[in-house]
Amino acid sequence: MIPLYYYLILSGILFVCGVLGFLIKRNIITIFMSIELMLNGVNLSFVAFAAHWHALSGQIFVFFVMVVAAAEAAVGLAIIIAVYRTRETLNVDQVNLLKL
Amino acid sequence: MHLILFLFFGGICVAGAVNLLLQRHPINSALSLVVVMASLAGEYLLLGAEFLSAIQVIVYAGAIMVLFIFTIMLLNAGEEERSGGSHIALLVGVPGVVIGSVLVAWVLLRHSDTGSVSMFALPGYPHDIAQLLFHDFLLPFEVTSILILIAIMGAVVLASKPESIAERHEESEKKEVPELVGAGRDRR
Amino acid sequence: MTQNPYLWLIPVLPLAGATINGILGRRSSRTAITTIALVFPGIAFLLALWIASGFSSASAPYYFDMAHWIRAGNFQADFSFYLDQLSLVMLLVVTGVGFLIHIYSVGYMAEDDGYYRFMSYLNLFMFFMLTLILAKNYLLMFIGWEGVGLASYLLIGFWFIKDSAASAGKKAFITNRIGDFGFMIALFLMIKHFGTLDFTKVFAQVATQPTELAGVGLLTSIGLMLMVGAAGKSAQIPLYVWLPDAMEGPTPVSALIHAATMVTAGVYMVARSHVIFEHAPGALTVVAVIGTLTAFFAATIGIAQTDIKKVLAYSTVSQLGYMFMACGAAAFSAGIFHLMTHAFFKGLLFLAAGSVIHGVGGEQDMRKMGGLRKYMPVTFWTMAIATVAIAGIPPFAGFWSKDEILWKAFNANWIYWLIGIVTAFITSFYMFRLLYMTFFGEYRGAAPSDSHGHGDHGDSHGHGHGEPHESPWVMLGPLVVLATLSVVGGFVGYQNRFEHFLDPVFNAGVSETAHEVAEGSASTEHLLMGISIAVAFLGWGLAYWLYYKRRDLPEKIAASLGGLYDAVVHKYYIDELYASLLIKPLVDGSTAILWKGVDQGVIDATVNGAAAEARHVSDVTRHMQSGNLRSYAGWVAAGGAAVIAYMVWMGVR
Repeated sequence: MIPLYYYLILSGILFVCGVLGFLIKRNIITIFMSIELMLNGVNLSFVAFAAHWHALSGQIFVFFVMVVAAAEAAVGLAIIIAVYRTRETLNVDQVNLLKL
Repeated sequence: MHLILFLFFGGICVAGAVNLLLQRHPINSALSLVVVMASLAGEYLLLGAEFLSAIQVIVYAGAIMVLFIFTIMLLNAGEEERSGGSHIALLVGVPGVVIGSVLVAWVLLRHSDTGSVSMFALPGYPHDIAQLLFHDFLLPFEVTSILILIAIMGAVVLASKPESIAERHEESEKKEVPELVGAGRDRR
Repeated sequence: MTQNPYLWLIPVLPLAGATINGILGRRSSRTAITTIALVFPGIAFLLALWIASGFSSASAPYYFDMAHWIRAGNFQADFSFYLDQLSLVMLLVVTGVGFLIHIYSVGYMAEDDGYYRFMSYLNLFMFFMLTLILAKNYLLMFIGWEGVGLASYLLIGFWFIKDSAASAGKKAFITNRIGDFGFMIALFLMIKHFGTLDFTKVFAQVATQPTELAGVGLLTSIGLMLMVGAAGKSAQIPLYVWLPDAMEGPTPVSALIHAATMVTAGVYMVARSHVIFEHAPGALTVVAVIGTLTAFFAATIGIAQTDIKKVLAYSTVSQLGYMFMACGAAAFSAGIFHLMTHAFFKGLLFLAAGSVIHGVGGEQDMRKMGGLRKYMPVTFWTMAIATVAIAGIPPFAGFWSKDEILWKAFNANWIYWLIGIVTAFITSFYMFRLLYMTFFGEYRGAAPSDSHGHGDHGDSHGHGHGEPHESPWVMLGPLVVLATLSVVGGFVGYQNRFEHFLDPVFNAGVSETAHEVAEGSASTEHLLMGISIAVAFLGWGLAYWLYYKRRDLPEKIAASLGGLYDAVVHKYYIDELYASLLIKPLVDGSTAILWKGVDQGVIDATVNGAAAEARHVSDVTRHMQSGNLRSYAGWVAAGGAAVIAYMVWMGVR
């Protein structure tokens, strides 16, 4: 028997690590991976709540989150490849043409 | 027992996440992320979500991370350079994250008596999951399949070489683009 | 009070003529325009005659309520018309003289491109003037009052392409407006204290009030404000400055508006409000003083003028002064009598002057005229009759009315009489000076072949016909009619018949007047009559000597008088005085305060400032969109933290 909030804190730590990675890292692919980390953290909290309330639909939601994350990863990486082709760099600070 | 296993898997998880932040080469970060995925699969097993942990390993660690590593190798990503970057992100973002996380932690600790979870709490019979997935949540299921289809098409279009697409859409672009471009410039 | 359902037709018919000519005139033929322009006032004149013939003092006054207008709480003002003996006199004068001048204009403006416009404006003026005369309440009268000011502006600036004409029109309108402001204050006072503007109701209330012998009470204030309005409209001191400039308009305009009818509106209004003035002797004194001073002052200016129309303009101002002098002496019927005769001979003088100008090809300077007697006999004889009439020589019309005024003025205060007599001398002098300079001696005008050069001089009547010539009969006809009236028009005053006719207006219902006029003896009256006749002949004699016998003398006299003569020729520099004292500070103050201060400094600054502020704010904010992904992420994280904080705070409360 573990108090619920242990899981939630773990999930929170994962999420915070994801956000920090998003803010600190300079490589586009690493940033993308931090997003995946965030998603995973959220998945964990979903499953923890599902277990707490004995409701299976939490698992199903995680399933859908995974599917969406997969689709997003595919498209995102395609974009990264396209950006790399034009800008010849994976440094996110140099992809800054959309400015005023 | 539950606690030991939880701490074990949780520790690996956190270590992997922190390692992702600390590594300079993206391939190392990717591998740390795989470790995180695997440990999370262990956590799901602890809670009794066998289906989910299997899916986690197969889809996340097995497909998505493989895709990431493919891309890293394809683009020959090297170590990160030290570039100036954005001040805002560090000045505004990090404190924001810290504050947010502190607040959330505080809320969680205040309500630490919410409840507890026991090992293998979730009934993970495929029969029940199938019932939910294909009966109650049929519409989202079908929609996600369409989503994947669109993602495939998008990925193909975005990642393909520009010339091949340009050849295919040459004629239609010649008609469409000048109008779109001219609409803004020619307006007096 | 009996109802007369035809009263409203009299003003509305000229309005119809004005509208038709105004809208359709541009594409109509001359004949069509002329017909419309003459038929409608003609019918109005016939209507007036018909009403006059059926007029009986027993059933007078007539009234007609045409339509409701203003109902605001207890205050009420309607489109109502009113005809009593006073209005009848004015009505006949305005429609009659007006119609004659319409006929004259047909000939005078025959070659002008704006013919239809002129006729339309003339009819419009008739409409407003008739509204003014026939109104039953002050508000409708004020509409007519303002409307004649508008018509005056339009007609003075008829040749608006000429700068001087446009400026003269503006000057007339603006000076009138100052007078109108006084009039309006009087109206406001009446509304506040009497609650109505209807003549009968106001006068009934005023009659119950005690006479204000000392100080400035309500009635004195109303009277003074009304006088301000009258001073503007009737060109008295200090608002007379527009009338000489108004000579820029065509001569029929000068005749109709600035001699016969519009400028007399002030006198009519004062006479109509006699109940108020009789209860406010202070105001009445002011009226008399202003009138007397104006009469004298304008006459002195008229001596030195060389433009034929300007002499007549100052003469008009002077004669209007006489009318106000009469009203100020509480002799309202005498003032109205002089108004009527003045309409005849001054209208005639202006029309004849127009004929002269037409004949010499547009020249208006008398020094370039002379000896026109043999070229324009009809004009000469009619003008001579008018000159004798205005000089006050019996048995012509002017003598009767002017003498009546002088007699009544003497009874009020002998100083008025003295100044009036001197003015009569001066009047006779300058009028005969005009006659001699224009019609006698040698023709000093340009040689016949040079007449072309005067093509666009003055009234733009340069035909380049060569010698001066007589005008066509369409112009001479009205001259003859008016000359006849100038001869016989005075006899209505014989044995006070005119005064008795107007008695029900001026002496009925007024139980007590503090300004009782003590009637002198008949012998004094005859003595004074003799003095005024002698004075008139004196003026004639002086003019004869200076401008016929010894033509060299005027220059020598002028040279010896030096500065005084200069001042007179330059109209005592009053216009320049006004310009520097009133107009320049106003314009400068307006530029500095209202334009630069308020309009540019406040309004423009606010609007532009708001726009500039928006630009500055966006200038600062646009740096948020730097294109840098990580900064976006930083903002998102910060925003997320803010939302979380807010939710926690809400949850904790």
